[in-house]
Amino acid sequence: MSDFRFAVNVLPKPGILDPQGRAVELSLPHLNVTNVSKVRIGRRAELTVTAVSEAEARTVVDELAKELLSNPLIEVYAVELLEATSSTRTGAAS
Amino acid sequence: MRIGVVTFPGSNSDVDSLNALAVAGVDPVSLWHESPDLQGVSAVILPGGFAYGDYVRAGVIARFSPVMKGVKAFAEAGGYVLGICNGFQVLAESRLVPGVLMRNRSLRFASKIVAIAPQRLDSPFTRAANGRPIHIPIAHGEGCYYADEATLDQLERDGQVLFRYCREDGTYSTDPDDPSNPNGSLRAIAGVCNAAGNVAGLMPHPERMAEPILGTDEGMQLIRSLVESAAAWEATR
Repeated sequence: MSDFRFAVNVLPKPGILDPQGRAVELSLPHLNVTNVSKVRIGRRAELTVTAVSEAEARTVVDELAKELLSNPLIEVYAVELLEATSSTRTGAAS
Repeated sequence: MRIGVVTFPGSNSDVDSLNALAVAGVDPVSLWHESPDLQGVSAVILPGGFAYGDYVRAGVIARFSPVMKGVKAFAEAGGYVLGICNGFQVLAESRLVPGVLMRNRSLRFASKIVAIAPQRLDSPFTRAANGRPIHIPIAHGEGCYYADEATLDQLERDGQVLFRYCREDGTYSTDPDDPSNPNGSLRAIAGVCNAAGNVAGLMPHPERMAEPILGTDEGMQLIRSLVESAAAWEATR
């Protein structure tokens, strides 16, 4: 078994109104920033999956990303593998 | 007759909903989120509040709670389920009603009395409404109704839009920034039902206008509608 550390990055779908992104854009003049546009605000989750393979781990992450971490009606997500380490489980048969 | 109200950790309109049911003359039954057993009730209300702290997205964690297994089975059997505010968010995240409740367009938490117009009076959730605008409170940060254009067209065509935010004369504006629209909801939608018509959600709180001492009892039109429908359904079982 190995531990796979993933990041799931969730963003509003293109074309969907993002009030938070809009609010950030509206605040830019207060920072004297004039060359920034198209701000989109999302969320990021990091999690570790213990599995026999990266493929198996990704299946779990995909399911979580689709059902819980994002709402496919309004958001898109991207899964990023951060780290893979073999886990040393006491008593576990190798 | 007994009608259940689910309490999730973070629900805050459960007691108001139980009270409104008592005002309507039915036995209110408190249902706990950890049990899928609906105790044989004739209808279910998912109340307002902040289930599971609204973490990740409002309603999504509640979707996976044991009680929602019972609610889903109850809805599939034709039982009436009404989601109010956070309860609407739970139903939408559970895909039991169409659409999504997004962050209010203003980014502000909206807490005020609004006018909503029932879009049909022959639905199980509006049958006791008098057809005039209903004035009841909203209190939410994520109430901006969204669905893609094709879905919105389909909902309108099939009579699944039950309530719209409206002006005093009952008309509404499709401009999401119109003053009569408190949160930017597309096509001023305040409440919808599923295709079968037995599961509905709305953002405003009918249970908070259930007695004159609370201001008015205008919200009772919707509570009574649910009670009448539940009684009719119970009679057919």
